[in-house]
Amino acid sequence: MTDGAPRSHLHRLLQDGEFVVTAELQTSDSADPSRIVELAGTLRGKVDAVNCTDNSSAHAHIAAMAAARLLLDHGVEPVMQLVCRDRNRLALQADLLGAAALGVRNIVCMTGDDVSAGDHPETKPIYDLDSVQLIRTAKIMRDDGTYLSGRALTEPPSFLIGAVENPFAPPLEFRPMRLGTKIEAGAEFVQTQICFNLDKLRVFMARCRELGLLDHVWVLAGVFVPSSAAGARYLRDQVPGLDVPEHVIERMEAVPRDAQRGEGIRLALEIVDEVRQIPGVSGVHLMTINHEEAIPRVVEGAGLVPRPARQM
Amino acid sequence: MEGTRVDRRPPETAPPVKGFRRALLLVERVTKETVWDCRMCGQCILHSTGLSCPMRCPKNLRNGPCGGTLQDGSCEVLPEMKCVWVAAWEGSRRLPLWRDHIQHIEPPVDWRLQGTSSWENLVTGRDRQVPEGWSGSSHGSGS
Repeated sequence: MTDGAPRSHLHRLLQDGEFVVTAELQTSDSADPSRIVELAGTLRGKVDAVNCTDNSSAHAHIAAMAAARLLLDHGVEPVMQLVCRDRNRLALQADLLGAAALGVRNIVCMTGDDVSAGDHPETKPIYDLDSVQLIRTAKIMRDDGTYLSGRALTEPPSFLIGAVENPFAPPLEFRPMRLGTKIEAGAEFVQTQICFNLDKLRVFMARCRELGLLDHVWVLAGVFVPSSAAGARYLRDQVPGLDVPEHVIERMEAVPRDAQRGEGIRLALEIVDEVRQIPGVSGVHLMTINHEEAIPRVVEGAGLVPRPARQM
Repeated sequence: MEGTRVDRRPPETAPPVKGFRRALLLVERVTKETVWDCRMCGQCILHSTGLSCPMRCPKNLRNGPCGGTLQDGSCEVLPEMKCVWVAAWEGSRRLPLWRDHIQHIEPPVDWRLQGTSSWENLVTGRDRQVPEGWSGSSHGSGS
């Protein structure tokens, strides 16, 4: 896992054993790139790489590939997400190749939220490949230099291949084994679903260790920075697969509205501190909703600045 | 036009549809639809998935659950249904054989086989045909 030339800045830091910080870009519904450029400015130098989501929550947004290129243009390393929901294997491979040509070096492959969760529930879901098959397809393109069909690529892409996993959703016992399947398919790093229930995360990580997975994958724990009690309730009630314990909601509700942003940052800092102690956690993946200025504050509060300079 | 012209017809791996094949298809359909709510994908992996048909998953996931399984184990898309992969995991623990097959990487679906007999495809080997790049993958069995 640690040998071989780094294929991205993020890859190099992981190989060096640096505790990495990634964040999720607030997506944009604008044809004007200034919103993404502004966010790039907020996150530049504060995190090591930034995820560009792919029609998150099954709502149409600016293309992840375009956002990724805008980030690159403004000095931020992108991680391009790619979901199986919206494209068949032709389009997925075309986007992998196109992203590589535009300079994207980190990808994360996932199934994607179902269309029923979005604002176009009447659309046709695709799911031609599943996430494991997409991970393997990216690996085939990179390492074998061919499409899935076997037809040769003129020049193969060079990616650090990522996956996601949810240690908090049933079937809990199967989840570590399933991460093993993703690693076998080609995943080199994994970003977890948002962690509030740290006991479940510890059990998941211990099981991954027993299975010998942690020698083959870097695990980045997902940490959410709530901006309000309403935001925490939204996660609990509206985002499938999340485990938001009642004490989190109560804690956010216990402070007045104007102090909830600060409380959200304190909560996130505590979770970052906790996950750093868990053996095998190689970094954190910070997420928020309309609260992006909180990300640098969490990184600074956790003592994770300065971030190593980007050299590639 | 690029490349060689490709014959889009499914490969000829079996004799023409005759009475026996029709009967086989009917028996398979009636049996498996009744018992497992089978979707006749024509490339059956029920033994690898604890006898829980993965094509019942609204996302057609053949390699494990998505991240949206609800805390009570139900499907995020069809909350009245138990997650196909929660059922698969439980079912696989009860199987005397094939318990470990739930970890195998399943190749992409060949959508041309939808509606055909997986029993026939098993006998002819048609269900084991995978894209050339997938089978040529140097990174594991891929099956």
